[in-house]
Amino acid sequence: MKSVMVYCEVENQIVADISQELLSAGKRLAQKLGCPLDAMIFGSSLSGIESQIAPFGVDRLFVGNSMRLEPYSTLPHTALASKILKEEDPQIVLFGATSVGRDLAPRLASQLNCGLTADCTILDIGDHFVKKEKKEYKDLLYAIRPAFGGSIMANIINWDMHPQMATVREGVMKKDIFDEHYSTEVIEVDVNSILKEEDFVVKIIERHIQKSGVNLKEAPIIVAGGYGVGSKENFDHLIELAKLLGGEVGGSRAAVDAGYIEHDRQIGQTGTTVRPKLYIAAGISGAIQHTAGMQDASMIISINNDPDAPINKIADYVINGDVGVVVPKMIEFYKKNAK
Amino acid sequence: MRPLKIIVLAKQVPDTRHVGPDAMKPDGTVNRGKLSTVFNPDDLHALELALNIKDRVPGTTVTILTMGPQKAADIIREGYYRGVDNGIMISDRRFGGADTLATSYTLVQGIKKLAPYDLILGGRQAIDGDTAQVGPQCADKLQIPQVTYVEEILEINDTEIIARRRLEKGVETVSAPYPCLMTVHGSSPKCRSRHAKSVMKYKYARSKTELRSANEMLLSLHEKRQYLTIPEWSVEDIEADVTKIGLAGSPTKVKSVESIVLTAGEAKILTSSDTDIEGMIRELIEHHTIG
Repeated sequence: MKSVMVYCEVENQIVADISQELLSAGKRLAQKLGCPLDAMIFGSSLSGIESQIAPFGVDRLFVGNSMRLEPYSTLPHTALASKILKEEDPQIVLFGATSVGRDLAPRLASQLNCGLTADCTILDIGDHFVKKEKKEYKDLLYAIRPAFGGSIMANIINWDMHPQMATVREGVMKKDIFDEHYSTEVIEVDVNSILKEEDFVVKIIERHIQKSGVNLKEAPIIVAGGYGVGSKENFDHLIELAKLLGGEVGGSRAAVDAGYIEHDRQIGQTGTTVRPKLYIAAGISGAIQHTAGMQDASMIISINNDPDAPINKIADYVINGDVGVVVPKMIEFYKKNAK
Repeated sequence: MRPLKIIVLAKQVPDTRHVGPDAMKPDGTVNRGKLSTVFNPDDLHALELALNIKDRVPGTTVTILTMGPQKAADIIREGYYRGVDNGIMISDRRFGGADTLATSYTLVQGIKKLAPYDLILGGRQAIDGDTAQVGPQCADKLQIPQVTYVEEILEINDTEIIARRRLEKGVETVSAPYPCLMTVHGSSPKCRSRHAKSVMKYKYARSKTELRSANEMLLSLHEKRQYLTIPEWSVEDIEADVTKIGLAGSPTKVKSVESIVLTAGEAKILTSSDTDIEGMIRELIEHHTIG
């Protein structure tokens, strides 16, 4: 049966977090479909890379190993992926909704003349009846994503132009080790015979990649702390919660002044203005200077000891309690209930 | 250096950044009539980048190309007000319902009519879908290289263009030959404002369809000043294959939508008890607020 395929990102011999999440999600889909899970990875010095990939339950791994494949560049990666997808003809292909995945996947979709759903947050398998054709299509990919600025969730399907491709946001899918001792067949891709000189016309001159960048503006979820968080240690809980939810940590001016958090994470009139899907305000009273920078959040949760804190007036959920108690509980119950 | 020929791809989009409570119908579908339309923000950044190159390289021309319904003539006028040389609409009911694959096919048919060109610029993504797919898909169909997420043009000469890309965790500088396609990131400079002179010159610019309901004054003005008439390309004009456009040419289809707009109301007041916190987390997961 046709496989589920995952495109893995790699840098300096480390498989990216997003790719590990995708492999886990891909395995869950493959199990529902009763089909194999395949993966492809292109980079430099990749011998032994399968040890990071096999535990996710990958049946076959296509490895393109060449100095010229790292760092990522559009045309060579497109050429290799396109060749493999045309030959292997998988039913589903997954990419990270990252700078790399969002650059590569659409170019591939155009080449393969197939559908691509961007930034999915849920993947599932299901059927669809096409009225026009009076035909039931079985086992399609349900690519579910927020649309219209996050105001709706749309279930996108593609029954006739395969493969069914999707990109998935980082931090959305749960990472799951399938079997530590899973045996993966490694297939070396003959890079030199596939790539042509014209695949290298775009040249990378310089690169500066930070280990972790602060990108509050684009974060869908922000966990922000104020002076009421009380200590740098309590702030660590906020960082953990943000990471777990795939969001970023921010702070009020008071929290920055108290040294709880770096200046580049300040939210408010004198900091960054944000419009996330979810804003969790922990120990923030809600001075106008702060609320001006976050009041457009789609949903606001306020955690505060003071039931009369001004921020509670604009919140959707008000939790009267101690940040040090509430946030660890949120972490616990998220872990317990998340799919 | 030699002048360049630049094409800017721009889209008119519903203003999803200001979705009010009435933007959703009770059945959970989008009430497009209640959303105002805007020039897609990233495309305005692309327009600025094009105009900036035009400032730097004398003789460069900028053509703005948009696909959309009649109302999208606003995009062309806006382009003229800010300094483009030409504007063209691709407009035909049969293009409606297109996903990114059908859209890129359609745009590319238009671009081919405008060839030769040196540079194609578009916004990184449009706010009505946030897919960021149409740029790379056009580049593929034109068989030219792409440079995505461009923040600044660092150098431009006769043979190549050097740009800084904004990646999620850093920046990258690349050089690309002509012709190529670039998608422009929102961290690049904002678009310049309208020139009063250009507004005076082009405020009566109208598409052919708009002219059908125009008065005598406007019609005679368009006869005298033909540059005011915005060309409108149909399926036939761009020699498009009808099986590759609109809904028929779109592999991805919407099976269902679910509204997740929660009407603003009274806040839920909770305590720090396990029951309250777990209940809230479950609600958030159920409403897809958290994954």
